[in-house]
Amino acid sequence: MPFIYIVPIELADQSFLETLEVLISDIFHMKTKREEFKVNLRDVFDVRRAQYNSSLVLQQLIANPPRDAEKILGVLDADLFIPILTFVFGEAQLGGIGAAVSMHRLHNRFYGMAEDRELAARRLLKESVHELGHTFGLIHCSQPGCVMNSSTYVENIDQKSSEFCSLCQKGIKKEENPRSAHRLFVFPWWKKKG
Amino acid sequence: MKPEEIGILIVDDEASVRDSLYQWFKADGYRVDTADEGARALKKLQETTSDIVLLDIKMPGMDGIELQKRIKEIDNNIVTIIMTAYASVDTAIQGLKDGAFDYITKPIDPDDLSRLIRNAVEKRRLVTENIQLRQHIEELLLPEEVVGESLAIKRVMDMVDTVARTDATVMVLGESGTGKELIARAIHSRSARRYFPIIAINCGAYAEGLLESELFGHEKGSFTGAMYRRKGKLEMADKGTLFLDEIGNISEKMQMDLLRVIETKKFTRLGGDKTIDADFRIICATNKNLEKAIKDGSFREDLYYRLNVFSIVLPTLKERKDDIPLIARYFLKQYAQSMNKDVADFSPQARDAFIGYDWPGNIRELRNAVERAVVVAKGKYIQVDDICFPFPSAATTISEGSESLEEMERKHILKILNQAKGNIAQAAEILGISRLTLYNKIEKYGFRRDDPNKQYL
Repeated sequence: MPFIYIVPIELADQSFLETLEVLISDIFHMKTKREEFKVNLRDVFDVRRAQYNSSLVLQQLIANPPRDAEKILGVLDADLFIPILTFVFGEAQLGGIGAAVSMHRLHNRFYGMAEDRELAARRLLKESVHELGHTFGLIHCSQPGCVMNSSTYVENIDQKSSEFCSLCQKGIKKEENPRSAHRLFVFPWWKKKG
Repeated sequence: MKPEEIGILIVDDEASVRDSLYQWFKADGYRVDTADEGARALKKLQETTSDIVLLDIKMPGMDGIELQKRIKEIDNNIVTIIMTAYASVDTAIQGLKDGAFDYITKPIDPDDLSRLIRNAVEKRRLVTENIQLRQHIEELLLPEEVVGESLAIKRVMDMVDTVARTDATVMVLGESGTGKELIARAIHSRSARRYFPIIAINCGAYAEGLLESELFGHEKGSFTGAMYRRKGKLEMADKGTLFLDEIGNISEKMQMDLLRVIETKKFTRLGGDKTIDADFRIICATNKNLEKAIKDGSFREDLYYRLNVFSIVLPTLKERKDDIPLIARYFLKQYAQSMNKDVADFSPQARDAFIGYDWPGNIRELRNAVERAVVVAKGKYIQVDDICFPFPSAATTISEGSESLEEMERKHILKILNQAKGNIAQAAEILGISRLTLYNKIEKYGFRRDDPNKQYL
């Protein structure tokens, strides 16, 4: 039976994952499994930027996927970036297997405000569903409330729901291929990285 | 514009930048392509269409500033955004001077990048819309209405209605100024192709090489002076109608090329090797006798039969004299409105003068005469004196022919005097006589006026 793997990567407070697992299972109608993978964050740390390269995190995360893994979602505290952008909340392979979400900028304390665990958990759920949505082949959606609506700052995340709009929901169903299809999928940009 | 309609090309020598941007834009649904250097980017731009190009300034080989210049040469409407890791005022200014839409320093804030691309897409959309609207306005500016109640024009309009429903090639024949283009537009606007453009080209207005490039378009560098890639009229008329005016004036080579396009519905741009499918309907027009041209060998017979599937012969204005007041009034209304003048109609005499004239230049001449009359008209009605016929018709001359030379002179001097609003110097100049002679003639014929503002009697 294929699972969505939830992988904590040097995540200090793993209690966030308990609710997340349940809700992700409900939303995608798939079972989840929590397991730690071998991901070395030191290898992907950029000293100049004091951030972690999310593409390289993903690369490690999906290097040896378990046979029963349909999707793998890494959750970490580290602040992520891709080279062209100052930061990213997360990253996923479009139509692939792996996704990663950083909690670093989901906490209110990052913005100098009082911490709100509930809010951080809600943001984590939305970003996790969003990135997993990409792995199911969904692109950004222009519907304001849809979870696939692009979020470039934290207020965007708060404005949208954790649910797919009807069109994206249909899109997900279309993408529910046998897991082998995901395994075979290699993105051109991914291939180049080697 | 939907994201999938927008093509973005990322040019950067750093693989990580290309990859991250590729993924970022792909998630937004855009068509994305990448190139690791300038030359490859230019090759990709020739092969595929990109709307937005993000390019790095510092690259081995051709740098971003140089690449941008070359991109603008290929297609000036491509939106370019310059990226750099080392921002300097000099390069920013140079980049923007050369037409960059924006200049960004890597890394960029995700929100800024999203906004930047949204704005770039909006700019691209506006440029495209602007081109379409200009074309639309050009179509609107030409009077769409075919005016007339005469049997001759009614017969023409019946033919227009019949042929418009089909995709048949139409040949519109008629003297200069009879409204051949108007009929072509009438066919187009009644056809299923009406929501797509009608592209008109006057074949007689171009030298051979230029006409070829106008019709087929050309690739950059295909001939001296081909600085940019350019779409031809055939490509612009896709799904619409191509109106070829003065078809009788095209060269033999052009006739052959045109025949091939009509038969295969495929063509290539000059200097290009990509075959482009064309879906258009041809309407052509000429005032030449093509049958005679075929006999003397200057027009291909096979092309003639291809073009002349259905022909419409337009009557001259002389043949539809009943329509003259109607058409004249139509133009009068148009010009009075555009010049903001309160001119309501023609005086009965002016109306008769219009009907009496032969109109060798047909409707075009009539339109010009009305325009001139509206310009000079003083009151609410256009008077005979407001009208000027450049080619006095044979009929008028004959009717006056029975009069003596002296009588002719009297009438002519009187006409010119009134035309010059009583200005003796001006009238003398027009008549080509001295002022003294003119005074003598005025005295001889007893011309007088009670009021300086009134006409001579």
